[in-house]
Parts: sequence; C-alpha cells; structure tokens
Amino acid sequence: MHVTIEIPTAFRRFTDGAPKIDCAATTIAEALSHLTSRFPDLSKHVRDDSGQIRQFLNVYLNEEDIRFLGGESCALHEGDRVLLVPSIAGG
Amino acid sequence: MSELHQLRCRECGKTWGNAPRSFCEECFSPLEIFYDYSALKKTVRRDRLASRSFTMWRYAELLPLPEGFRAPNAAGGTPLVAARKLGARWGLTNLHLKNDAVCFPSLSFKDRVVGTALAAARRFGFETVGCSSTGNLANAVAAQSAQQGFDACVFIPADLEPAKILNTAVYGARIVRINGNYDHVNRLCAQIADRFHWGLVNVNLRPYYAEGSKTHGYEIAEQLGWRLPDNVVVPMAGGSLITKIAKAFRELVEFGWVEAKPVKFFGAQATGCSPISTAVRRHLARFEPQKPDTIARSLAIGNPADGPYAIKLIRESGGWADDVSDPEIVAGIKVLAETEGIFAETAGGVTIGVAQKLIRDGRILPNDLTVLSITGNGLKTTDAIVAEYPVTEAIAPRLDAFEAYLDRQLGTPAATAAVASRS
Repeated sequence: MHVTIEIPTAFRRFTDGAPKIDCAATTIAEALSHLTSRFPDLSKHVRDDSGQIRQFLNVYLNEEDIRFLGGESCALHEGDRVLLVPSIAGG
Repeated sequence: MSELHQLRCRECGKTWGNAPRSFCEECFSPLEIFYDYSALKKTVRRDRLASRSFTMWRYAELLPLPEGFRAPNAAGGTPLVAARKLGARWGLTNLHLKNDAVCFPSLSFKDRVVGTALAAARRFGFETVGCSSTGNLANAVAAQSAQQGFDACVFIPADLEPAKILNTAVYGARIVRINGNYDHVNRLCAQIADRFHWGLVNVNLRPYYAEGSKTHGYEIAEQLGWRLPDNVVVPMAGGSLITKIAKAFRELVEFGWVEAKPVKFFGAQATGCSPISTAVRRHLARFEPQKPDTIARSLAIGNPADGPYAIKLIRESGGWADDVSDPEIVAGIKVLAETEGIFAETAGGVTIGVAQKLIRDGRILPNDLTVLSITGNGLKTTDAIVAEYPVTEAIAPRLDAFEAYLDRQLGTPAATAAVASRS
C-alpha cells in the first residue's frame, strides 16, 4: 500500500526539511519503521527504550488516533495518511 | 536566567527561555514554566498581598507575566464557601467549595488561564488568539479578547451546548465548528499552531496558560487562613488543573507562606469519559484514550494532555480518582443547588458525585478539611437538567385560584388551611 506520512515542523530537522514522505507499508508499524530507517535520527523520538511508541507522541491514521484502531498493527490502505503529533496539548 | 521564569521540559529538564511553544524540541515532551525560586523568595512577601484587590492578579509575582504587566481585569478572586448543609448531609464537619462558577468575566475557572495566556500573547506579539475548546475556554478567550483587543478564533466540536456557543458568539469571536469530538478539534489545532502565527492559548501558549490555574490553589490556601486542606477534589478534563493546584501548594510551602502538610489529591471524571480515573482505578501504567459519551461536555477529553501527570500526582499524594454516571451528575448538580444555593455546570455535578463516592468509600474522612473545586456555572448547561423540571401549570391572578392550586398540590383543603395559618 502506498501511504503518506505527514511530518510536523518540529520533526523536519531530522527529515532534511521534508514535510511528508511517501512509502509502501501494510501497517502503521511498517510505516514508522520505514520512516525511522530512512531518517535514523528520528528513531529515539518515535520509540522509547522499550520499543513502545513514546508516551507523548500521538499517531493518527487519517482522522483517527491509532489507539482506537488496534494500535500500530492496524492495517493501511492505498492512499492513507499517517500523521504524527509530537506532544498533544489542549485541555 | 535573566527573568525569574522560563520554559523547562517536564521530562529532560532542558530550558527554553520564554517563547510560544508547548513542547521540548529535544525530546518532544511537554514544557512547563519553571521559576527561579531562590531569587523569588528574596522578593515576594505574603504581607504585601493585604493591600491588593482580591483577584488572581494579587499573586502576580508568582505567575509568568512580562515586566511592566498591569492587571487587565478582575478575574479570579472567587468565594470559598463553608458548605455546612452539604457537609451535614454527608456527615462532614469541615467541607468547603471553591466556587469558580462565579469567576469573572465568563463564569468558569478558564478565566484564570486565559488571563495568563493573553499576557503571554501580548508579550509575543500575537494579534490573533484562539483555542480548542469544549466551551468554557472559548467563552473566556472570546470575552477577554474583546476587552483586550485581540482577534479571537475558537475551535469547538460542532455539537456543543447552544448556551456555550452563544456565550462565545456574543463577544464577536469567530467560531469554527468542527465535525468531530474535542480530540479531533485539538489535533487540528496542533496542526494550525504549526502552520499559522497565531497564539493558541492551550496549544503554543499552553505553558503560560496552565499557570493561571495555580491561582485557584493560592486562593484556597489564603481563604483557609494560609493553610492547606487535607483533601481537594478536582474535576479532570485534560488533567491540568489538579496538577497546577498541587504546584501552587508546593510553591506556597517553598515560600514559607503555609506550613507543609500532606494533601491528598482526588480527581473526578464522568464515567462516559474517564481515561484518567480508569487508569488510577485499574492501576494502569498509561491511560487509554476514550471516545467521550457524557453530558459533562466540559470534561469530554478522551486524550488528556496532562493525564500522565495527573495520574502520578494522585498516586503519589495518596489520593484517588473516580467517576460517575450521567444520572449521578444530574443528582450532584441538584444536591449542590438545593443545599448550598450554588448552580454548577455538569462538571460540578461530577465533582459532587465523585466526592460523595469518596466519602462513602472511606477515602475522605468526616473531620478532614476538604475542598471541592466547582469550576463552571450551571447557566451554561441547562440542557443537561431541563428534563428534571417540567413546565408547571399557570393559574389566574386571584387568591381563590391560588387556594385551589394549593389544594391540588397538597391534596386537601385542610392541608391548604394549615399552610395559610402558619406564620
């Protein structure tokens, strides 16, 4: 599946300024893996020491928080958008 | 640091000066305001407060305000009510209500956070300010922006209570209704803050905004005669308020303005949106986000930004968190109104309902000094209780009509006569 990962401004210093990248992936985990292998400096900001997605990083598939979709194993479809929000605010 | 406050990462500790940003660009964790307490201790004095107005601005030195700041309004300074009737009903001897339902100007504690956020917005040169909101914050941003000359643009879930939308529109703010719940609105606002040079009070100005909540805690301590309570019960949406009350208490101890004592922090949520209380009750390491479904719309945040910190505080203080159903929320609103004459919004019903549970479960003891935070006004959420009060019959403006009415209400003419004979 060809999907697009949207990169927030704060992460772009690790992605050579790219605001988004396209990749082929069947799950969120694969998409994140693609992202961090292409930009290794981003790895520690995506996963913590135990390999979990970092507590304050929010990952969305299209409009939905992936935690409502079964987490990072959820399946991707052609044209999906993956959005990273480094630290959610609000409240 | 040249100023006595600046941003610091809550996780890695890196400092960032003062700027409109809410997360650390090293480790992408949340930022908060850190103060140079040793320098502050040399300059702040409790006795100076005596000559100042009773508003949130009396604590100006303890807030992240720019040099030369002048109080723009009379926000804060709300009553601490000794709740004798409600206490008696529950078997408590020392119960108090911190009543932000009458906070100026927009009748919720959000007037406090918007106060400090707009001071930061002015300092950083923003002309447009905004927020993601479940209603109360939009009211506060709109009201204070009108007074202080900012353009306001607020983002809300499309199906918000009509009164909360009207109470924003009247101030001339631009309202953008989003088809989605608060968490969708909030995510969009994170993207807007990334793209537009706007001061979103609870996004890129959030560290400054959150400090305004400390004044709720300072006032509680001052109104108790400069002492700390044994327990506080606080409604939780994003989870920020409860952590900032704790910060306020810690600071007052640090300055020597109150004696140190253990305070238990209790968090209150609606069962229909209870990510924090569920994590506490189930002893989870992390909260799990939820899809909100509750009449307590002002607490309907399924992905609370300060959830991890609220959970930690509650656990470390020896407190607890619990949640109540929609019928219990309505019952809480009614009991508060009927015993103390305070009409709180649905979040107040949550606080009352959870407090009742905590007392029943023995987590709050009869002689404890307990403070409940009432954070918003019932006039904004009348739709939640309107069904409880059907429209009554109208009668003719005649004494015999009133007597006949009483006969119907009381059952017999004899009962009516007995009422009439009472002085």
